[in-house]
Parts: sequence; C-alpha cells; structure tokens
Amino acid sequence: MGLKLKQSYRHSVTVRVNEQMGTKRGYTFIQANRAWLPKFLLLWVMVMAFLSAWIYKNMDDDNKVRRKEVLSSMCDQRARMLQDQFGVSVNHVHALAILVSTFHYYKDPSAIDQETFAEYTARTAFERPLLSGVAYAERVRLSEREKFERQHGWTIKTMKREPSPIRDEYAPVIFSQETVSYIESLDMMSGEEDRENILRARATGKAVLTSPFRLLGSHHLGVVLTFPVYKSKLPPKPTMEERIEATAGFLGGAFDVESLVENLLGQLAGNQAILVNVYDITNSSDHLIMYGHQNQDGDLALFHESKLDFGDPFRKHQMICRYHQEAPTSWTALTTAFLFFVICLLVGYILYGAAIHIVKVEDDFHEMQELMVRAEAADVAKSQFLATVSHEIRTPMNGILGMLALLLDTDLSSTQRDYAQTAQVCGKALITLINEVLDRAKIEAGKLELETVPFNLRSILDDVLSLFSEKSRNKGLELAVFVSDKVPEMVMGDPGRFRQIITNLVGNSVKFTERGHIFVKVHVAENPKPIDDAKAETCLNGGSDEGALISGGRQFNTLSGYEAADEQNSWDSFQHLFNAEALQNDASGKMTVADEASQSVTLMVSVEDTGIGIPLIAQERVFTPFMQADSSTSRNYGGTGIGLSITKCLVELMGGHISFISRPQVGSTFLFITTFGRCKKASLSDTKKSNAEDLPSSFRGLKAIVVDGKPVRAVVTRYHLKRLGMLVEVANNVKIAASACGKNSSSCGSKIQPDIVLVEKDSWLSGEDDSSSLQRLDWKQNGHMFKLPKMILLATNITNAELEKAKAAGFADTTIMKPLRASMIAACLQQVLGTGKKRQLGKGMLNGSSVLGSLLCGKKILVVDDNIVNRRVAAGALKKFGAAVECAESGKAALKLLRLPHSFDACFMDIQMPEMDGFEATRRIRMMESQTNEQMNGGTDKGSGRKDEWHLPILAMTADVIHATSDECLKCGMDGYVSKPFEEENLYQAVAKFFETKPISDS
Amino acid sequence: MDRNRLQHQAACMRRSLFDQGYLDEPFIQLEELQDDANPNFVQEIVTLFYTDSARLIQNIEHALSTRPTDFNKLDDYMHQFKGSSSSIGAKKVTDECTVFGEYCSAENAEGCIRSFQQVNQEYVILRRKLEVYLQMAKQAAVSRTA
Repeated sequence: MGLKLKQSYRHSVTVRVNEQMGTKRGYTFIQANRAWLPKFLLLWVMVMAFLSAWIYKNMDDDNKVRRKEVLSSMCDQRARMLQDQFGVSVNHVHALAILVSTFHYYKDPSAIDQETFAEYTARTAFERPLLSGVAYAERVRLSEREKFERQHGWTIKTMKREPSPIRDEYAPVIFSQETVSYIESLDMMSGEEDRENILRARATGKAVLTSPFRLLGSHHLGVVLTFPVYKSKLPPKPTMEERIEATAGFLGGAFDVESLVENLLGQLAGNQAILVNVYDITNSSDHLIMYGHQNQDGDLALFHESKLDFGDPFRKHQMICRYHQEAPTSWTALTTAFLFFVICLLVGYILYGAAIHIVKVEDDFHEMQELMVRAEAADVAKSQFLATVSHEIRTPMNGILGMLALLLDTDLSSTQRDYAQTAQVCGKALITLINEVLDRAKIEAGKLELETVPFNLRSILDDVLSLFSEKSRNKGLELAVFVSDKVPEMVMGDPGRFRQIITNLVGNSVKFTERGHIFVKVHVAENPKPIDDAKAETCLNGGSDEGALISGGRQFNTLSGYEAADEQNSWDSFQHLFNAEALQNDASGKMTVADEASQSVTLMVSVEDTGIGIPLIAQERVFTPFMQADSSTSRNYGGTGIGLSITKCLVELMGGHISFISRPQVGSTFLFITTFGRCKKASLSDTKKSNAEDLPSSFRGLKAIVVDGKPVRAVVTRYHLKRLGMLVEVANNVKIAASACGKNSSSCGSKIQPDIVLVEKDSWLSGEDDSSSLQRLDWKQNGHMFKLPKMILLATNITNAELEKAKAAGFADTTIMKPLRASMIAACLQQVLGTGKKRQLGKGMLNGSSVLGSLLCGKKILVVDDNIVNRRVAAGALKKFGAAVECAESGKAALKLLRLPHSFDACFMDIQMPEMDGFEATRRIRMMESQTNEQMNGGTDKGSGRKDEWHLPILAMTADVIHATSDECLKCGMDGYVSKPFEEENLYQAVAKFFETKPISDS
Repeated sequence: MDRNRLQHQAACMRRSLFDQGYLDEPFIQLEELQDDANPNFVQEIVTLFYTDSARLIQNIEHALSTRPTDFNKLDDYMHQFKGSSSSIGAKKVTDECTVFGEYCSAENAEGCIRSFQQVNQEYVILRRKLEVYLQMAKQAAVSRTA
C-alpha cells in the first residue's frame, strides 16, 4: 500500500510537470506572432488612412455633383427665361411687321404715318421689354430714290449721317419709335450687320438676328432683329426670288442684350452666386460675346453650357454659367474623415496595447510556471536530501550511542560517568530529532510507507499513556483515555504510526499543560445525533456538580473540572455518546453485526487538554513545520515545532484529517478522524496469539463500585474496569455508595455486593469531613455480614501525609496511581485480591514459548540421534518447554525402548544414522504398532471400548528440508519433520498438530 | 567495575566470533536454551562436541590413510561431523565439511585430504577461540552472581 502511495505520488508529480511543460509549449496566437505586432499596427494605420481618404473623396465628389447639378439647373432656368422673353418680343415685332404691311401698304393711302407709328409703338413698348426700340425702313430702289426723297422731303443718309452714295437699293427708316428717333432717314443698308440682316430676312421671310455689336445710342452690346414686310400676299410656297420681289420694307428692333439680361437675372434668386455669359456661336471658331465679361475670374473648372434658341435658325447662341467663387472646401467631409481616422488610430493603438499586454502577461506567466516547477523540484530534492542525510547521520549516531553505552559499562569515575551519561542523553535527543526530521522528509519525499497489520488500539493507547504517566503525575495532571465500546478490539492499520500520532499529540499536551487534565477519546465516527437528546441527558445528570471547587472558578463537566476548549465535544456529546452506546449494546448485537459487515471503521480520536492553548494569531500555522506558536514558546517549552506537522502528514497519509479547537488560557482539543480496516474473524484468531492485549481474565464477573463526583472520570474508570470484565456501578459520592450497599445488605444483598470499591481521591477528601466515620461504620457492618469489599483509592498524585490518612481511613488495601491502565489496574487488583499469582508468573514467558510450553509440558518424548551433540541439543530444547526427554543413540536402541506398551508421547527421529536409518526405524515401529493393534482389536474388540490405537507421533529431524525428503518421511509412516537446529516456530507448527486438542480436554 | 569489564570483553569476543563468521544462528539458540535450570548448557554441549569430533577426526584420519580409500565411510563420518558442527553453529567448520563432502562424492582422494586439512584447521581455531570465550563468559557469569 505504501508503495502504491509512493508511486502515485511520484506519478502525480511527473504528471504535473508534464502538464506544466504542455502549457508552456502551447503558445497562443498572439504569442506566436509577437514579432509582427508593430507591423500589424502600421498596416492598420495605413489601411485606416486610405479608408478615411476614400471616405473624404466620396463625400467631396457627392458635393461636387450636387454643385454641378445646382449650376446646371440654375443655368438652364436662366436660359429658358431669356429665351421665352426673347420669343415674346420677337412675336410682337412680327405682329408689328404685319401691322405695317396691313395698314401702310394694303391701305391706299397709307393709314400709318410717323406720328401714328411712334404713338403706337410707345404705347405697346411694355410688350417688348427686351427691345430698346423699333423702326421701319422702306425698300427703296435706286430708280425710286428721287421720287422718295421728294415725297419725304429729306435725302437718304448713311449711318454716318452723310448723304448716301448711289446704290442699287436703299432702306431708309421712315417710321421709328421715339426712343430711336435718331435713326430716321438713315439707310439701314449702309450698316454692315444691318445690310446682311436685311438680305437674309427678305430671303427667308423670318425674323433674323445680327451678330452682337455695339448699339448706336447706348454703346451697349446688342443685336438687331429684322423682319421683312411684304407688299402683297405671297403664294403658299414662295421661292426666294418671289420673296425678294415682294419685299416692301423691313421692321427692325434693337435688343439691348446687356441691360436686358441684367434685368432678367436681377429677378432671380442666387444671382450673386453665379456668373452668366451669353455667346453668339454662329461662327464656331470665334465666339462673340453677347453678355458678360470676356476675362472673368471665378471658378474656371466648373461651368455649364445651355443652348439658347432665339428663333433664328442661322444664328446659334449659348449661355455659359460659372460659379462666382471656387467650390468651398468641404469641412464636413474633412472632419468626418479625420475623426474616423483618429478613432481607428485609437482603436488600433488600444488593440496593440492589449496584445502587448497579453504577451507580457503570458511571458510572466510562463516564467512563473518555470520558477514553480523549479521550486517544486527543489523542494522534492530538499526532502530527498534531508531523508538521505538524516539516514546517514543516524548510522554513525547509533554507533556513538552504542559506544557510549559500552563506555558506561566500563570502569568510570563519577565525573566521567556523568559526562558520558550527559553525552548519551544528548545523543538520544539528537537521534529523536533526526528521526523526526527524517519522518518529515520521508513523508515529503513520498517515501513513507504505511503498514497494514492488525493491532490493538486500546493497548497502544495504554502504552502511550504509560509513557507520559511519570510526567503527568509530576505535574499533577489527570491523564486518561477512553475508547468507546463500539471501536473494534483489533483494527488494521499501522500501529507504529498511530502510536506516533498519539504520542505527539499527548506529548504536546503534557508539555503545554500545567493544571487540569489531558483526555484521549476514541469513538466511532458517525452522523452526529440531535443535540436535544444530549441536553435532556445532561439535565438528568444535573446534580453532579458536587465535587470540590477548583481554584474558586466555575466547575466544568470535564475530566478535571477545568474548562476545555471544545465544549461541543466535551461532556454533553460524550455523555450522549456513552448513553447511546450503552443502549445499543443492550439492544443486542444487531448493530455490531451490521458494523462488522463493512470493511472499514472510521475512528474519531480527540486529545483534549487544559493547557495554555494556542494564540489566535498562531492558530493557522500550527501545522507548518518548524513553527511554534511564537518564539517565546520554544524558549519556555523547547522543541522544534516539527511534531504537529508530522502528525498532520501522518494522519493525511492514513487517509484522515486533523483539526483543532483552541482557546488561549483555556486549552486545546486536537481531533483527528481516520479510517482503519476491520479485522476479519479468521485473521483475528491468528493474530490474537501474538498481538492481542493479554489481560488476565480472572476478574471476570467481579463487581465494583466507583465513587467519583465527576461523571467523566467515573466513566473512564468504568471503561478500564469493564475491559477486565468487571461489572461496574458508579456512585456520585461516598454516601450514596454506602447507602446503596446498606440497602443491598438489608434486602438479601443479591443485587450488588461489591467486591471492590474504588474511591476517587477528590471524592474521598470532600466526603471525608462529614461522613467518613459513618461510612466506615457502614462498611464494617457490611463486612461482618458479608465478605469485606476491598477499598482502593484512586489518585493522580498523593502526598505521604495523605497516604497515611487514607490508610487510616480504611484504604489499607492499595492506592492506584493514575493514569489508569487496564493492565496496571489488573496488577494492583491481583496484588489486592491475591489471585492470579501463578498466572502472573506464567505470563513472564514469551508468548509463543508459553504456548509451546503448554503443548509440551509433561510430555514424554524420545529423541533418536546417533550424533551425541545433536541429541543433547534437541533434548535441551525440548526440556526447556517442559517435556521429559529420553534419548536413544541408534535406531535399534529406539526400537528397544519403543517396545509396546510404552509411555512415550512422541518421537523425534534423525534420518541419517548408521546401521539403521530413520526411515527404516520408523517402518519397523509402525509394523510393531499395527501388529499390536490387530491383536488388541481381535481380542478386546468391544470390551474395553478403547478406541485409539497405538500410533506414536514420529517426527523426522533433518538438516536439509527438501521436498523429496519430506515426501519420503510421510511415505514411511512419519507424521512430520522439523529442521535440525530447532526453531521455535517450526517446532511449534510440527508439534501443534498432535497436541493441540489434548490440553483443552485435559484442563 | 571488574564485572562490567569482564562482561564487556565477553560481549566483544562473542561479537567478533559472529562477525568473523566462526559462529552463526544455532549458537544463539543454544544460548537461549541455557537458563537457571540448565546453567552450563552451552559449555556442556561444546564439550560434547569436542569429544565427539575428536573421535570422528581420528576415524577420518584413519580412513584417509587406508588404501584403497573407502569414500562411503568417509562420507558417513564427515556427515556426522557436519551434523555436530552445524548443531552448535560452527559455521566455518560446517562449510569446510560441505566441501569435503563434495570431494567425497566425486571420489577425489587428493581433494579429500586437502579439504580435511582445512576442516581440521578451522576446527582447531574454533576450538581455541570457543574455549577462551567460554572461559571468559563463565567468569563474567560468576562475578555477576557474586
């Protein structure tokens, strides 16, 4: 088991190490790419910069598109308006042309003169807002010039106001609006643009425009609109010649484009934002400007062209719009993009920081792990080193101690002896310490192995108690042990380690306790029963506080009356447990049967003391090695502080756990729970021979009264007496005991007539004053009538004076000094009762020897061996066990001695002998026996009824016990063999077969 | 003080006999058999051993000197000698006897003679040492009772 434990420990260590290595290898993604982290960051920043640039561009483009759309819609709007207005004016001029043709040419005489025309045109000027003025020029051929000049009274002049030179045709203005009256009598054909216009108009019959030029009056840029007026009605599809022929004159109007457009634009919203230019693009290579400045600053990049149709198919016009100012920078887009970039930058940085942090933490973690592995390895190495070194120290130390022992045996002066003894004591202390360190180290190194053997727990506890009895007695401490009846007699476990645990705990308690008690309790751990029951029980026992008051304080229901730290585990539960067990025992063995069915038993062991306790601060490091409560502790009490840690390790190794409750200045209670195996019945009987406590059975059935004011102590006493098989009654004080006896004596005394009365010293002293004489009287009376009960005083420590007084008071028989132990009580009782003297002697022998002795005692045995030395040795050995031995030096001599009838109980036969060897001799003996048996059976077949035939057990003695020999032994009629230098064990096994049943039938 | 010294010396002597391999387990058993009822048991047995072995040695010498060598007889004698010596725990003598027995069963006269010399030698040494030791032990015992 221990080996397994060790293996598993090692295994777990390696597994842990492996795990650690495993985690170390398992890098995370971040860890694996740690070198790339800055590059990742850079990449992120770049991507984000691109992204924000893209966002900016997108937004900016949107803006531009919108701007362009706005521009084009505005431009189109303006163009359309201009065109509409223009169209209206053209129509009106057309109407005027028709008016002139109607009233000037179709009427004869003419209905229109200059006056009428001026009047009419002035009054209809609102219809032609774009025209600065209209005029009518008549077509005058060269032939008609004189007649015309005569008729009107003025000569035809050119534009330069000179008399016109001679031409083919003339077109002098005859009617004009007042606004342009200055052109009357001027020949329109003399102006370049006008002439061209006139020719084109009469050829097409439609409104015709000039290219822009500076107008005469205003010097504004303008165009002249010309309509032809026909003399007669034209055919439906006139040719150009027909049109020219039919032309009577021309109606013209001047458009002052510049002021006109300005007026128009002034009416519209957004006038300030855009620049408008109007061009005549008839000649596609040379655009003539009609409105606006040729060289304008403004947004040259963005413009919009709109077509203008003024109704003259020959002329083409267009309008170009521009924004006044450059497109403003788009702050929204810029801010958005910038903020986006900043946010992404921050996010990137945060991620980077987090990654760096993770890497750092992981690095630290791995480092820590490595350190931990190293530390653990170092710890194991330390433990192993300690174990080795301790062991190495122990060997020479043993030598030193041995030599010191030898030295002490030699002739020494008293000083030398003193030195040597001191050295020996020191050496022993050192060895103890080393052993403790070794234990501790062994446990830590996982090398400690636990035994699993059956052992008697009660006797071990008694042993431990006896170890400390001297010390506790000197200090005046009550030291007691109580083991519950339910704890099996034998349990499987490691007795040595169990003893060590108990010794450590009790040793500590003794060391730190100056007054009061130390109480060791062992119970079977089970589910705690309801406390109420226990409370009720204590109420019933309420009147038990009659004992002496100690140091004027409160009296507690503990062993010594001092307060104990763990009240819960103290008297209440103790009493309860005790009662419950008594009940169960009474109820029958049902419970125990069930208990024994299970393989293991869990025991709860508590060690209670009323010492100085453990300071609250120190309580948590009590189990840490080399830690005492505080440094002053080791100064006052000594010790290394390793004991408790070993104890804890041991308890844990046994599969249990240890805990404690401690109150400073009140005491400590250490409690450990551990599991032991239950002994199987079969193995129990085997081991009982060697290991069971050998308590004499001669006290079985004796009756005893225990007089004790303190119930706990009384229970402990009862426990020890019960182990001796005695019937025990408890009385609270002497008076009760006496009266109980008295009553009994009057009523035939059948119930309890005590053989022994055990009185606790405290009870005696307190009861003495008032009732000692009375009590003595009572006893005397009883004594006369019945057998006098033996009076025994129980005391922890007693002075000589007290002893004398006790003797005088009637405790003449004996005083038992505590701590109580069953075997010690037995010894005292033997002394008092005078029984078992013989047994006591018999017990002095070794256990096995005594058994062998009982087997061989009084038996007559023949030893056959030719070798005188062997013969003598065998005889000596057998004689030692009480056998009567006779010797024969050869087979023949043996045959002679064994001639029937003989009185030998057994024969030990050497095999290799000269003349007749052991086999031969045995064969002959068997032959003799069978002959005699036949005769006897034949003769006195049914008479005597003696059933057993002659059969002498013959055992071969041989030096080499090999199988062939043993087979041969059995073949020739031997009953067994023993190896030649006799070994007790071997001899016992061989002999037991024949003699085992006999002693029982004898006794 | 005298007693202590004697006891100590005897203990040392005994220790060395065991340590050097002259004696082993059976001798301890013999000592255990010695008690108040049988105070000189060890001495008695050892003396018996001397006389018995002296006779046997003589027999063996005689058997070895006769020609042709009777190996059966030699083996017989040697077996007895071995039995006695193993009974008192004379380890070295017993070991030598075993060697002798092997030569005997191999019928090797030369070997027998050589190993018999060994046996004899060990026997003489043991006898001398045991005598000294027993004497010493006796004195110690006497002084104890005195």
